[in-house]
Amino acid sequence: MYQLQYKPFGEKAILIEWPATISELILDDILIFKSKIIAHKKSCIIDIIVGYHSLTVVFNFHFINYTDELSILKSIYNSDIKSAKKVRHLWEIPVCYDDEFGLDLEEISMKKNLSKEAIIQLHSQPIYSVFFIGFLPGFLYLGGLDSQLFMDRKSNPRLQIDQGSLGIGGKQTGIYPLNSPGGWNIIGKSPLLFFDAKREKPCFAISKDFIKFIPISKEEFYEIQGKVHNESYQISKKSIYD
Amino acid sequence: MIKVLHPGFFNTIQDKGRVGFAEFGVPISGAMDSFSADLANHILNNSLENALLEITFGGCSLQFLENTIICISGADFSAMLNDIKVSLNTQVEIRKNDVLTFGKRIFGSYAYLAVTGGFQSEIKLKSRSFFKNITTNYTLKRGDYLSFLPIHSSKISTNTSVKISKEHFNSKEISCLKGPEFDELSDFQKEELFQKTFTISNEISRIGYKLNELFENNLPPILTSAVLPGTIQLTPSGKLIVLMRDCQVTGGYPRILKLTENGINQFAQKTTNDIFALKKTFNMF
Repeated sequence: MYQLQYKPFGEKAILIEWPATISELILDDILIFKSKIIAHKKSCIIDIIVGYHSLTVVFNFHFINYTDELSILKSIYNSDIKSAKKVRHLWEIPVCYDDEFGLDLEEISMKKNLSKEAIIQLHSQPIYSVFFIGFLPGFLYLGGLDSQLFMDRKSNPRLQIDQGSLGIGGKQTGIYPLNSPGGWNIIGKSPLLFFDAKREKPCFAISKDFIKFIPISKEEFYEIQGKVHNESYQISKKSIYD
Repeated sequence: MIKVLHPGFFNTIQDKGRVGFAEFGVPISGAMDSFSADLANHILNNSLENALLEITFGGCSLQFLENTIICISGADFSAMLNDIKVSLNTQVEIRKNDVLTFGKRIFGSYAYLAVTGGFQSEIKLKSRSFFKNITTNYTLKRGDYLSFLPIHSSKISTNTSVKISKEHFNSKEISCLKGPEFDELSDFQKEELFQKTFTISNEISRIGYKLNELFENNLPPILTSAVLPGTIQLTPSGKLIVLMRDCQVTGGYPRILKLTENGINQFAQKTTNDIFALKKTFNMF
């Protein structure tokens, strides 16, 4: 149990804040609270937005009595409704770190005095945690980047970065789910689709899932891309039980 | 069906937006001025969920390929049906082959064209609202066809005309509430926010409106957290950004204020170089 702060956020949303640090323990608590809220008051809540240390609960009506809604939320947090254990997935994401896609590998290699192989090794070894999705549709906020790879955003952002590109921005790593302008250092590219509006669940990964990057060759990249295009590619995943 | 003869500057189909997809990072979208959009649907006895055409700054021309009844609300872009001026906020009978043209801007930024039964464009993630990478089209193009349901009766009701206060379009004050980081400002800064006037810059879109004036501050960035339409972000360099309907679901700049729903609708009708003041609808201290 954390000491939470509740703040009104406009006429129909309440922002709930945990201590301002990035931690998986806090993320766990946020997601437990989220599932309790969904179990308890589903019909009048239209969106619940997860941040690193926050949950924003959006109602489908303007508050008539804010304090009533607040005390209901507080009692839900303190209740011991057991939320159903969710299966978490470890997704294996194929990534090609070839120079053709890793536009900034050379620069990172020089600035960090690391060989390209070492960068790829450092980047593909960890298991990353998915904190939440934001910024762009399907953009996964990942935790777990090796500090040797921390690299400031480029001072001159690119006007277009291809969807699937893998980048490093400051202390974070992530994949551009859509073509977009961007200032991250690009180190590779994945042939997978990270956002597909045709699907009811447009992203395969969700908060608390895990991501592992699997280095692949250019040949494998194009082969998988073809399969993704024909909708015949199955992303490799492992189930993890709490 | 409507055939788009001239697509205009940036016109989109909008409804109530994509509610419930924030966990996938999907913006809400929906009509910039939902008050005017609702009004147009109301006047036609449509459901408020029905999709409308949002017309930005006029300059578009549409041909109807079948009879229907329409209503135009929101901004006044001198709409003409063939050669006759069309009244706003009332039912208008349309005959096959009629051409509806939006021309010179008189006031406002967004007009809404509602048709009886609503536009029937594709639904993606439970909404017809155009959005790049979600819907196939993200803005109207010349030669596009927009379909709508056939009407049951072509009898128009002439007594459903509504007078709208000009205040909605020319109000100099935009009402707002505290944002989550408001209390990190100094007392002086808090007072200043409501004493200054602000000017809308030329960087405006459905995502947000940047303001010209710089607001000196030393607020630290926040850990990425939710933003909502109407949130006013304050950047370290002092830029104020008013987020609008297509805004991202999360952001990292301090959220100092939040426009009320009515404030968002009124603000949406403003444009570059318009000057306004923020009006607080809460107790400051």
